[in-house]
Amino acid sequence: MDSSGLGVRRAVAFVAPALVLVGVFLVFPALWTLYIGITDYQLTGPAAAHPRVVGLDNVVNAVRDPLFTNSVWLTALFVLGSAVVGQNALGFALAWLLRTVRPGLRRTVEGLVLLAWILPGTVVAYLWFAVLSRDTGTLGVLLGSPQTAWLVQYPMTSLVVFNVWRGTAFSMLLYTSALAAVPPSQLETARLMGASAWQTVRDVVFPHIRGHVLTNTLLISLWTANDFTPFLLTAGGPNHRSEVLPVLIYRQALESGQLGYASAMSLLLLVGNLAIALVYLRLLRRRA
Amino acid sequence: MVRRIGCYVLIAVVLAFFAVPMLWLASAPFDAKPGLGLRWPDWTLANVSATFDHPYALTSLVNSLVLCAIATVVTTVLAALAAYALSRVRIPGRDLLLYLLLLLSSVVTGTAAMVPIFVLMLQLGLINSQFGTALVIAGGMLPAAIFILKDFMDAVPRSYEESARVFGAAPRQVLGHVVLPVARPGVATIFVWAFVNAWGNFLLPFLLLRDVGQQPAAVLLRTLYDEGGSADLSVIPVFSLLYSIPVVALYLFVSKRYGFRFHGGVKS
Repeated sequence: MDSSGLGVRRAVAFVAPALVLVGVFLVFPALWTLYIGITDYQLTGPAAAHPRVVGLDNVVNAVRDPLFTNSVWLTALFVLGSAVVGQNALGFALAWLLRTVRPGLRRTVEGLVLLAWILPGTVVAYLWFAVLSRDTGTLGVLLGSPQTAWLVQYPMTSLVVFNVWRGTAFSMLLYTSALAAVPPSQLETARLMGASAWQTVRDVVFPHIRGHVLTNTLLISLWTANDFTPFLLTAGGPNHRSEVLPVLIYRQALESGQLGYASAMSLLLLVGNLAIALVYLRLLRRRA
Repeated sequence: MVRRIGCYVLIAVVLAFFAVPMLWLASAPFDAKPGLGLRWPDWTLANVSATFDHPYALTSLVNSLVLCAIATVVTTVLAALAAYALSRVRIPGRDLLLYLLLLLSSVVTGTAAMVPIFVLMLQLGLINSQFGTALVIAGGMLPAAIFILKDFMDAVPRSYEESARVFGAAPRQVLGHVVLPVARPGVATIFVWAFVNAWGNFLLPFLLLRDVGQQPAAVLLRTLYDEGGSADLSVIPVFSLLYSIPVVALYLFVSKRYGFRFHGGVKS
């Protein structure tokens, strides 16, 4: 008997409700993507009532579809620019710099960064319209070029900057707790030996937090690749120039009604997610 | 000294980067001519009454509350039960199950599974059902919630339960009176996390709730932008502010009570 006195049967009863929900609304849809993805299922019309199995045609068509390859490329750019580089670097820089400043200032900065993270996505979209819009937008006014419509002329750059603003909080929190585990004596030694900030970070801090960097990069990459907020800002436009995968899938499925084709694309996104996660778990195990 | 100044300049720049977009939420709601841009407002409360007069503004906030309450409570209760059982009992296949949950929580996202979720709810006749949508949201949050809570449950000393049982407590009493009170910070973390997630969730209600009377604030706020060709700027700023208040209040409460820090849950 275990310490809780539950016993296996009652324990299974405790776990079951959660597993049923996860099974019905997460595992089943994920597996079903496999099936819908090989049919010509559509939202309306004859193929809505009697979808036909078309095999791997959808996947082949997707890989050949310039809209899809464009979207994969934009998603990679978005993940690399805003998560792997942007959020990682700014999150670490904040965690590192804020160690030594006055507690009041530290709390203010941390509070604002966290607020950017927890405000609802639809609200945040308006905040950034007010920064980036033409004529009255704050950025245009500050830079003295109010004619620039940032979201139209530089859609991907805007999304990358936006997502750094939106998501840095997580990296900051994670690196703050990681830095707390670096022995102060080693930092002190580095300081006494006259090491520069960069040398200290590279030779003293980094070896301690390598695992955290890995975990952080994995999580923010997956979140960014699956983020639907770009839809709220640019809806993929203008002319598909910021159409990251989640937006493309939505537009193919709900706006064009190509459920089968969109499912095949979802499948490729799921495979991508799985690949990133497995590489990460492999790396983590090798370290252990 | 130069380094010190450089450090403060950098912090000032970052502070401006994070603060400037948010100022709009303080100025535009009270501006007589609100626009998409920052300016010193001509103070007025006319927008507030315009927002309260909007036929769906208050309904949608109530809808948000209902949707969010169901999703958050379901997630917290089911995750606590599952995490406790998985922490204490060696159910056959437990380690595999935990590994799969970890993988699922990161790999299968609402975005990647939006098509089958939409088709599933369409065929079940659950489009426009708030309860159904809340369950979908809960299903998506559960794997991560179980995983994080299990860490907290693992940290509750087993000797507490053993002594409670020596005094004749039933398993339900052990969980309710001993384990949950000790693991309260973990349960609170999951509750807040689930609430903020469900409150801000746009995609799933946008997909599954097509009737404007059922839609939560997230979806209505978006509709105000698209419908009628141009953004309804007398309503949007005030409504954004109202819709943000719960998460901001929750955040202030959490940072005052527990401090916004990672503990337990995240490991290297």
